[in-house]
Amino acid sequence: MPDSTATGVSRAEQAKATLASVPATPGVPKPDPILVADHVLRTFGGLTAVNVEHVEIQRGAITALIGPNGAGKTTFFNLITGFDDVNEGAWTFNGRPVAGKAPFRLARLGMVRTFQLTKALSRMTVIDNMRLGAKDQTGEHIFAAIFPFLWKSQEKQIDQRAMRLLERFNLHEKVGDFAGSLSGGQRKLLEMARALMSDPELVMLDEPMAGVNPALKQSLLGHIKSIREEGTTVLFVEHDMDMVHDISDWVIVMAQGQIIAEGPPDTVMKNAAVIDAYLGARHDSNLTESGEALTEDGA
Amino acid sequence: MDWGFVLTQTMTQAVGVTAIIYILAAIGLNVQFGYAGLLNFGQVAFVAAGSYAVGVIVLTFDLSLWLAIVVAVVVATILALLLGIPTLRLRADYLAIVTIAASELFRLTVRSIAFKDVLGGAQGLNGKLGQQFHDTNPLPADFQSLPVLSWTRQDLWVVIVGWILIAAFTLLVWLLVRSPWGRVVKGIREDEDAVVSLGKNAFVYKLQALILGGIIAAFGGIVWAVAKQSVQPDTFQPDFTFFAYTILLLGGAARVFGPIVGGIIFWFLLAGTGEFLGQAIQAGWIDFLQPTDVGNIRFVLMGSGLIALMVFRPQGIFGDRKELALDAR
Repeated sequence: MPDSTATGVSRAEQAKATLASVPATPGVPKPDPILVADHVLRTFGGLTAVNVEHVEIQRGAITALIGPNGAGKTTFFNLITGFDDVNEGAWTFNGRPVAGKAPFRLARLGMVRTFQLTKALSRMTVIDNMRLGAKDQTGEHIFAAIFPFLWKSQEKQIDQRAMRLLERFNLHEKVGDFAGSLSGGQRKLLEMARALMSDPELVMLDEPMAGVNPALKQSLLGHIKSIREEGTTVLFVEHDMDMVHDISDWVIVMAQGQIIAEGPPDTVMKNAAVIDAYLGARHDSNLTESGEALTEDGA
Repeated sequence: MDWGFVLTQTMTQAVGVTAIIYILAAIGLNVQFGYAGLLNFGQVAFVAAGSYAVGVIVLTFDLSLWLAIVVAVVVATILALLLGIPTLRLRADYLAIVTIAASELFRLTVRSIAFKDVLGGAQGLNGKLGQQFHDTNPLPADFQSLPVLSWTRQDLWVVIVGWILIAAFTLLVWLLVRSPWGRVVKGIREDEDAVVSLGKNAFVYKLQALILGGIIAAFGGIVWAVAKQSVQPDTFQPDFTFFAYTILLLGGAARVFGPIVGGIIFWFLLAGTGEFLGQAIQAGWIDFLQPTDVGNIRFVLMGSGLIALMVFRPQGIFGDRKELALDAR
């Protein structure tokens, strides 16, 4: 992936430099947060799935959310994006309180997510999947839809944008194929490309690497980095520690619904609590095949 | 045995008034179920709403038929809102349960003795319901019959306007499903959460699909009332909805021409087997059946044919098998 924007100081270096002065303690304030959550609580019966006191996500950086299975990472994603309702709590996006807003409104504000189990729309073509991602389409109103001349020119622009993204994600040869005919990894790519169609400010990726082969992983990593280079903030859930270490500027660790640690990847991976709760004592030795399989299917 | 009679009767029914009513209901279902994935099992309630709007406005209140059409559209919209608002936020199955119950509630309410003065009770509303429409008949007064299709002058005019309605609604559906609106609706059918995550208000789109499909079905009800000059509550049984589904699946769901092809074939086969068996029994070819069995036997045959269709061509006649095979989640 060519880094066209990396002429002066790249955004990766900027993000690293800004976050360097931030102490690695749970709930620490960031210089320029895009997302700030307070007292977010979600219980399922007697089980406390998420209980986050305070967390801030730095704008323009790649933040990883890690933790053992059942730590509440996906639930936290669902709560923040409005797909699940909190018991209590409040959060702001771009300084604007957004708790309790419908998920489609949050997406329109610029907070777009992907899903752990990829939601490519199988019986629609790749290009139609992409077109769906575009915002503010005139032709999506039922009355305007009847008159193609009202939306044809906008549709052309959307197609151009979609083709650019598909080329970037190496899916341009699949334009007319049904999304259901793509491989698992390609569906992940499509979902990510589709999320970018709306030009979001914050992209939330739920396990973007799950079930993706190593070769494709490399290009996915490149894509995520290039998203940051364009100024988009990335928050992602992931189990693959190599990947987390490679691309994230900041790591937040959850266990049993709470944030137990955060900080730059190197610092977090040496944190005793994190090793104890998640990484295991031998996390930096080579994984056996069975160990790999265990981290791969972590749901 | 009179083959000519069998053919004439069969052809006449395959594109006749009843077929038109069912095709309109199936076009509505195609919007709701075929494109938006809404399992509406109460389509007959929308048809009934259309019929009753005509009956009540024209007979009970002695007002214009054209006003009745406007009222039918409004009533169908209100019915869709009543059914949709509480259920469309829930999983698809709930809509199915609510709609089938609501359609029976609707029928039992309109036939109840409590509203006999307005709605006619169990006898329904009978009289010159469609007179205003039949007065516009441009066909010559001495019109006898078409060569093959045996309609009266009055029925032929209903059939002509009925097919114009079918053409108009088919065009509307065609325009809609190839627009960005149709794209969103199809996306909701595939995976609602994915579409919501892209900033679309799925609830509103589902409600729009339910209303539009309901209005199209209500036009079926209007045609019914005008053609038969009567509105009978007990004709609006749940099996109407299931025949409309049969037509839709036969032609191919989510195909613009599916309801038309399915409707013609459905009525061709149903009428054809009926007429054929009737004639065959009369001619003494079949001696183990009574003429009174014919009505039921043809449904047995139809059902067997449907099972065969689902086994050998589940996508319907127009459907794309490729699309079905991909539905792996």
